[in-house]
Amino acid sequence: MSTSVIELSGVSRRYDEGHAALEEVSLTVAKGESVAILGPSGSGKSTLLNMIAGLDRPSTGTVMVAGVRVDTLNEAGSARYRRANIGMVFQFFNLLDDLTVLDNVVLPAELAGMARSEGRRRAAELLDLLGIARHARAYPGRLSGGERQRVAVARALMNRPALLLADEPTGALDSASGEDVRALLNELHADGQTIVTVTHDLSLAQACATRTIRIVDGRIADDIRTGPRPTAVLSTPRPTPASTTPLSTISTEAAR
Amino acid sequence: MSGLGRIARSGVRRRKVQTLATGLASMMAVTASVLGGSLLMASNGPFDQAFAAQHGSQLTAEFDAGRSSAAQLAASAHAGGVTAAAGPYRTATIDPHSSDTQDAGPDGALSPMTVVGRADAGGSVDDVTLLQGSWATRSGQIVLAESYDSPVHQVGATLTFPDLPGDPTLTVVGFARSVSQTADAWVAPSEIPALTAPGTAGGYQMLYRFASADTAAQIDADRAAVRSATPAGSLTGVQSWLNTKQGTDRNTALFVPFLIAFGLLGVIMSVLIVGNVVAGAVGAGTRRIGILKALGFTPAQVVRSYMGQALIPAAVGTAVGAVLGNLLAVPVLTTTAQVYGSTSAGVAPWVDVAVIAGTLGLVTVVAWAAALRAGRLRTIDALAVGRTPRTGRGQAAARLASRLPLPRAVSLGLAQPFARPARTGGMIAAVAFGAAAVTFALGMSSSLGWAQSAKNHETSDVLVTTVGPPPGPGQSARTSTAPVDPAAITAILNAQAGTGKYYGSANTDVSVAGVSGSTTVFTFTGDSSWAGYKMVSGRWFQAPGEAVVPSTFMTATATRIGDTVTLQDHGRAIAVRIVGEVFDPHQQTNEVLTAAATVAAAEPNLHPSLYHIKVTPGTDVAAYARGLDASLQPLGVSTMAASGQGASDVIAALDALTAVLTLMLVAVAALGVLNTVVLDTRERVRDIGVAKALGMTPRQTVSMVLASVAVIGLVGGAIGLPAGLALHAVTVPAMGQSAGLNFPSVAIDVFSVPELLLLGLGGLLIAVLGAMLPAGWAARTRTVTALRTE
Repeated sequence: MSTSVIELSGVSRRYDEGHAALEEVSLTVAKGESVAILGPSGSGKSTLLNMIAGLDRPSTGTVMVAGVRVDTLNEAGSARYRRANIGMVFQFFNLLDDLTVLDNVVLPAELAGMARSEGRRRAAELLDLLGIARHARAYPGRLSGGERQRVAVARALMNRPALLLADEPTGALDSASGEDVRALLNELHADGQTIVTVTHDLSLAQACATRTIRIVDGRIADDIRTGPRPTAVLSTPRPTPASTTPLSTISTEAAR
Repeated sequence: MSGLGRIARSGVRRRKVQTLATGLASMMAVTASVLGGSLLMASNGPFDQAFAAQHGSQLTAEFDAGRSSAAQLAASAHAGGVTAAAGPYRTATIDPHSSDTQDAGPDGALSPMTVVGRADAGGSVDDVTLLQGSWATRSGQIVLAESYDSPVHQVGATLTFPDLPGDPTLTVVGFARSVSQTADAWVAPSEIPALTAPGTAGGYQMLYRFASADTAAQIDADRAAVRSATPAGSLTGVQSWLNTKQGTDRNTALFVPFLIAFGLLGVIMSVLIVGNVVAGAVGAGTRRIGILKALGFTPAQVVRSYMGQALIPAAVGTAVGAVLGNLLAVPVLTTTAQVYGSTSAGVAPWVDVAVIAGTLGLVTVVAWAAALRAGRLRTIDALAVGRTPRTGRGQAAARLASRLPLPRAVSLGLAQPFARPARTGGMIAAVAFGAAAVTFALGMSSSLGWAQSAKNHETSDVLVTTVGPPPGPGQSARTSTAPVDPAAITAILNAQAGTGKYYGSANTDVSVAGVSGSTTVFTFTGDSSWAGYKMVSGRWFQAPGEAVVPSTFMTATATRIGDTVTLQDHGRAIAVRIVGEVFDPHQQTNEVLTAAATVAAAEPNLHPSLYHIKVTPGTDVAAYARGLDASLQPLGVSTMAASGQGASDVIAALDALTAVLTLMLVAVAALGVLNTVVLDTRERVRDIGVAKALGMTPRQTVSMVLASVAVIGLVGGAIGLPAGLALHAVTVPAMGQSAGLNFPSVAIDVFSVPELLLLGLGGLLIAVLGAMLPAGWAARTRTVTALRTE
């Protein structure tokens, strides 16, 4: 791995009552890696993800992501940082129920000031690539869990982020939908997308990650590189007829 | 504490903003209602009670004794509609003098008085109350009416009548109050011949009560019945009890329509806000209700717990509001008490009880209705709120808004009101009432300002007062004495560089048949058409014999523009033709404005006491006044700046009340918006968190929340503006009517186009004010916290 996307140095996060959610965590993630962060509930893995996303600030230590010193950003600065560098996928999808699928996907680009036509073109392209183009005008409430998570992934990729953060992306899905999302993450990773996934799901970590970090009581207990990244680009059949554009187009752009 | 009580209290503590909004809205509603209710009580003055107790005279008729006999007039007691009558009593109009007081005129002259010969104070009509001393039962005795304006306040004082043969002297033996104001004084019937001027027949007075006499039209009909039942031409004047009441209540009568308007606004606003707040709190607590039911709460317990959550802050707010209302009412009621002279400066207990019970009752009913809905909700559905996707309402609006050429944060906000149409409707109503209150208040302030300028009617730059030595023997004391030669003054004025135009003014008292008390005649010398009096209709007088009068005078004398009235001035009858109606909200209701030449024959020594001067354009007023002062000094005459007369106490009180009530209504409206936006923002906090996680900046978050109320504010303003205009257009004439004043259209159409445009944006301002706090909260909320919110 050449360039590092994430550099955490001596990061601790303590709450008012003195409890430490993270303790002296130092971590480097290189471009193109797919890292799974494992650990029991309350171990600090979601806190670590929030630090990387700029949603939370460390009590001590520094957080550098894609060349941006994240831990010193104010609210507006961290919002702009996320727009430019981060795509987020949540356990419960966090789609806006009163917006259509297309409007949900295009939202990050609109907030970043992208031209409307360009945003919609790219959103349509993403939906097509992820096999949910037929739902573009539907509302999230009408979709299955797996489809909703696909919409969330499309939204996360909208601004071509350097880093995709996924917080329990299969946690709210049935096994079939979970498998679908797992394959999707693999494909993205195979196409060069840097991914950090927080999960309880060991099988997800084994299937998608090239590196597994286990956190216990706020400290890194294990950091294991599990092998080369998957190569099965678009190996999983899409629910809709396969797109004519390879998914690698996205990751190539994302890597720019 | 029971589980139910604990749940209610924890709900109150948990939802601090809603608790605060409920408490404050209740407090303001109660404060405004206590204040409004108390003032309504105060304005419902003691006149009616006293009038009823004295069996007051609804129509006091004056007859020419030369054209009617006592028997003919006594028979008029059987005229159509008459239910009771008293009289005939002999009357005389006299000019008393008193040497016992220094406050009388220069030669001891008092105001002219209408004296009535009555054997006793009691009777089936006008049961006069003796306040002090005894009734006049013998010759040489007189009882003065409390309403008679004189410096004589002691029993035992003597009045003389130098104009009458034999120079009669009467001793004041008592003071009495006639609510109907049927006379300025009473004497024994046997005294009247001695008080009747030689060569005149004197008059008779009849007092009537009727089956219907509640309106001016009914009084007109009653008067016509009396006229037809008495000898033709004998009825020389009448006085309606409605005019007497108007004169008594005049200032406070102004408050009544004004308070009714604000009271209506306040009550509707209270209903709206309390309903909004409580229903919103219950609606936002649906998931919590689901949890309670899952834990084993029965629907009835859920209903009770939610009623408790609403009633706790409402009860606290009500209690604080009642205290505040009582405290605020004291200074305001003291002002009206001073005007009335008899109203206590405290809040009637029943007003407190009614307002407190009404507010708490309202909160209870609304909370019960809203909680009942939650009680009926299926537990599984209630628990699913916030967990399952929302569908349906607002999606089309969101789709349309996304196509607008606006920043996305703004278009996201614009679509939000459509997701909760009922809540949005409530918010629009609150904003509309707030905007209506502001429009109404501004209109009231402008109209009152117009009335104030009409009252001051001072358009000159410099005034010259003529002060001279005491009047000579035989000179009437009631005239404005100006022994300084007017020609000398006008010569100086004409010679003074910078003099533009000027007129002189003076005043004297006369009597008018049928009108109790004196009528003040203001006389003008020179061109007074620019004097600044505001005309309601007709025109300013242009020739001797023409006069303009206020509407109260026209009502009291049952005259119209074009009619002629006869003034009795020092034994001379002066006929004046009314050519215009002037707006004049002064205390005295009886006044006539005319050229000095009109009364010159009756009062040759009546010279201007004041010269009003307008300087030519570009003249330095101060320098002009100094120069003029120097020129006038040899005459013993001085100048002063024409600075108007300051604001009337009543108008100042109305202005202050308008400001207080408007502030309260606007605050309540903004609170209503605040509460609703807080509810909306809390409900959407997870969505806001998502948007922030996707890169929405704090500024964009504020834009989104403010945009969500912008349309509401504009729509509310668009509804509130015409509503406020309509309320103002109805209230101002009603206030005038209550006080016997006709407001011309120029006093009602007080809004300029820029003002209307600004007022139209008032709703937006109220909405934005109410949304600022939750918008800031939404912007500050940490994304992680928002995302964790259930």
